[in-house]
Parts: sequence; C-alpha cells; structure tokens
Amino acid sequence: MNTARLAPTANTAALASGYRRTMAEKRRRTILFFAALLVGIFVAGWIGEVRLGVFFANFGKLGVYVSNLVPPLHAVTFGADMAEWYWGFDLWLIKLLDTILMAYVGTGLGFIGGFCLCFAASANLVQSRWTTWAARRVLELFRTVPEIVYALIFVVAFGLGPLPGVLAIAVHTAGALGKLFAEVNENVDLRPVEGVVASGGSWLHGVRFGVLPQVASNFASYTLLRFEINVRGAAVLGFVGAGGIGEDLLIAVRRFYYTDISAILLMIIATVVVIDLVTEQIRNRFLHLERGP
Amino acid sequence: MSGRTLRQVALAGAGLIEQRHAAVFSPPLSQRLLGPAIAAGLLAVLVFGLYYTGFTASRLWNGLDKLGFIVQFMVPPDPGKHLWTYLHALGETVAIALLGTLVGAVLALPLAFLAAKNIVPNWIFHFTWRRGLDTVRGVDILIWALIWINVVGLGPFAGILAIAVSDMATFGKMFSEAIEAADKRPVEGVTAAGGGPMHTIRFGVLPEIFPVMISQVLYYFESNTRSATIIGIVGAGGIGLHLADTIRLNEWQNVSFLIILVLVTVMAIDRLSTRLRFALIGKRQAPS
Repeated sequence: MNTARLAPTANTAALASGYRRTMAEKRRRTILFFAALLVGIFVAGWIGEVRLGVFFANFGKLGVYVSNLVPPLHAVTFGADMAEWYWGFDLWLIKLLDTILMAYVGTGLGFIGGFCLCFAASANLVQSRWTTWAARRVLELFRTVPEIVYALIFVVAFGLGPLPGVLAIAVHTAGALGKLFAEVNENVDLRPVEGVVASGGSWLHGVRFGVLPQVASNFASYTLLRFEINVRGAAVLGFVGAGGIGEDLLIAVRRFYYTDISAILLMIIATVVVIDLVTEQIRNRFLHLERGP
Repeated sequence: MSGRTLRQVALAGAGLIEQRHAAVFSPPLSQRLLGPAIAAGLLAVLVFGLYYTGFTASRLWNGLDKLGFIVQFMVPPDPGKHLWTYLHALGETVAIALLGTLVGAVLALPLAFLAAKNIVPNWIFHFTWRRGLDTVRGVDILIWALIWINVVGLGPFAGILAIAVSDMATFGKMFSEAIEAADKRPVEGVTAAGGGPMHTIRFGVLPEIFPVMISQVLYYFESNTRSATIIGIVGAGGIGLHLADTIRLNEWQNVSFLIILVLVTVMAIDRLSTRLRFALIGKRQAPS
C-alpha cells in the first residue's frame, strides 16, 4: 500500500555502507593502536637492553639457581636437615619481629599524621579553599615519593638502623592514609554535623561527634590494609640499611648463601600470608559493624 | 495546653526513655571499657616500638637538624652535567615498566584461565594454583630483581623480568577473578551452537573480560612506573641507581632534580593511562 515504506534495498544499502564505514574506522584505529604499541615495544626493548640471546642462554642458570635454593632434605635425617637449613632461625625470627614492629610503629605514626591532616584536606568540612589545597599538596608529596627513597634520605640524616625505616614508612603512610581518609570524610552525611553545630558545638565538636562516628570503621579498615602493605614494604627497607630482615636477605643474596635465601624468603612469605589473613578477618568484622545495627 | 513548655514535657519523659533504652544510656561496664582498653593496648605497643626502634629525643633532634640542612641543599634542583644520563635512565625506567607490564599480562592470561574455578572445576588444583600465584606475588619486586640479576646480569633487562614475574602472578589472580565473575550465558550460547571449549573461551569469555583486563593492565602500568623508579637501587636499571648514588654522595641538588623528574613522569603516565582507558573501553569501567 505505502510504497514509500517498501524501498528496502535503498535503505539497507545506506545502512550497510554506514556500518562498513564505522567498522572500517574502528578497525583502522585498532590497527593504529597496535602499530603504535609495537613501535613502543621495540623502542622499549632497545632502551631496556633486552637480550633474548642472553636470556635463553642463561635460562638454565635460573633452573640451577632455583634448584640451589632447595635445601638437601632427606626423609631419614629430616629433623637434622631442617635444623641445618634453619640454622639462624632464632636470629631471623627476631629480625622478622623487628620488621613487623617497624611496620606497626610506622603505620601508627603515619595514622596519626594522616588523621591530623585528613580533616583539613576535606572540602566539605573546611571553608577555606587554601587550607584544603595546602593539606592536599602536602599529602601528595608524602605519598608520591617512594618509601625507599625516603628511607635512603633518612638513613643519611638519622644514621643506619630501624629509625629511618620507621620514619620512611610513617611519612609514606601519612600521605596514603590522609588521602583515603579525606575521601571518606567527603562522603559523610553532613546533617549530624549541622545538628552538633546548631546545639552550640564548635568545629572540633562537629568533627568529633558528627563526623568521627560515621568514618571510624572505614578509617580502621584502611589502616589495617595499610599495615599489611607496610609489612611487605618493611621487609625490603633493609636493602638500603634501614633495619629489619631485609639486611639479612640482601647479605644472603649477595654472597650466594642459597639455602639462607629460601629460608628467609619462606619466613617472610609465611608472615605476610598470616598477617594478610588476620587483618582480613578483622576488617570483615568492621564491615559487619558498619552494616549491622 | 496546661502551660507547660515543650522543654518541660521532654524533661518529664526523659527518665522513662532512659529506663526503656538502658542499653544505650548506661551500657554494661565491660562494653564501655572495651574501646579504651583496645586503644590503650595499641598505644602501649606503639610506645614500646618507638623505644625499641631507637626513638630518642636527641637522635630525633639531630636528625631533623640534618634533614633541614639537606632540604636547604636541595634547592634549587639542578641536574649538573648529567642531564642526558638522567633522561636516558628515565627512558630505561619507562621501558622497564612498559615491557614488564606487557610481558606479565601476556604470561598471566593462560595462568588465569587455569586458576579460574569455572574453567578448571577441580578445587585441589584451584587451591594449589592460587596459593602458588600468591607465593610469587608475596615476594617483593626488589627481591625478584636481585634474583634476576644473578641470571641475566646487572641492567634494565633484570628489572623488566622482575616486574614481569611479579605482575604475572598479580594479573593471574585478578584476571582469574574476572573470569569467574563473567556471565555464564554467552558460554552456554556458544556451546549450544556447537562450539568446543576453545570456542567458548574465545567467543564467550574473552569479550566479556577484555575491558576489565585492559583497565587493570593500564592501572598497573602506572603503578609499575613507580616500582621501576626504585629497582635501580639494587642495580636493575632505571633512574633508581642514580637516585641512590647521588643520595650517598650528598649531591642534593641532583637528588631533588631526580625526584621531580620521577614525579612528573609518574603523573604523565597516570594521565596517559587514564586517557587510554577511556579511549579503549569508555568511561564505565573503573579499575578495581
């Protein structure tokens, strides 16, 4: 009846050519992207001194290296072999506890620093834009310089030992936690704060009774997560002389004490896994607190 | 209308309310003491730790004094005669991050499929495979760098391999989680249309997890640039070597220049990876 509607070939032709054009455009962009990526890979390979020949020639070395890491354990003399492998167990355990303590103190100091700065960095709690801006830049500086670079500088300023390591962890943690805390603060419900201020409370009262109850569980959860990250970080701070088990590991690697390397590594990994599990349990409990009544 | 103000009414009812919600107004002593007790315990460990790790007023004071001098020596930032050396080292750093991330991602893909519960539905295999990935991930990149230096010698190549191995495990875990979260229906569709297991992976699973993977890879590219700046400290190439050297030689103007160089580069890579993510997969996918 309506002949205008019955022109399918003309319609589909236009649609098909449009479809083809879109797809060709898309394909062209994909090809362009992969070409750019390929060029990038070659340039990076050239700058990064990738020597596949060396890699494959020495790949056997990796196998030898790994097999050297495995201690000679025999079923008959298992106890004696284990004792031989972990000859320095007491020493390493103390160093490992040192490392955990470094992470703990660093996290604690960093928490205090981040906590003090985070309220100034929240745009919804502070009227002055300059305060917010300044606090955010300070947090950024703390957080973007890698922990180990702080450790290097602090070793020069404070001398060798765990103290510069703790300070490096603290500074980095303050920056990282301060930013996360500020983000939590900016998502709070402001009505409780208004209530506190309306009944005569000061700004501090508003933060204490209006904001803190809303954010406390989140703060605790982030701090625990950071503690876990810091334990991993503290284990390698010894590489630059900032205390902890990293020193022993570095010595073992540099002097090719193969079984020591595996012994220390396994202890570090086990510790990290245990702390991982424990903090996860505690964090789950905080999440329940938040959701439940 | 008996002439009592609202305040009087409220005060009169206060006692009754307090009685009815005793748990809120006067919680049992143990509950009230729990919070402060935990806080006191945490604080006690903190104080002990401060003492144990050698925090003394004099040491702190001397150190801060020295730190003040160091910061003074840092301005103005100045590369001295080493500008080109530093820029080359920066190039190395970016190359390490790029190749390390790419190689790690490519190697992770098959590992991730093997680690996904819905692809290999054997829980013993799943458990050991996942724990294996966790173990590799638990070793810090700096330690991997030390190990690879023994295999391929000092230089950026060891750094690339260190980041690749570490990322392989991280991506393996993340990709496998993405695969497990993928919708089952496209897979069933492919099977129903007569596809084999490889077809279901190619046409049922991959299209769904591809955006997630891209966004994670780009996010890690940025994070690896940070890591690549420090692995030079143990001799695995990049700008970290110069950073450590100049700090040990007390050339503080060079140090501040290098730090600024690193910060600017990380920021630029951050921007680039964000824009690439938007261009490749649209704005809806956030990195997780």
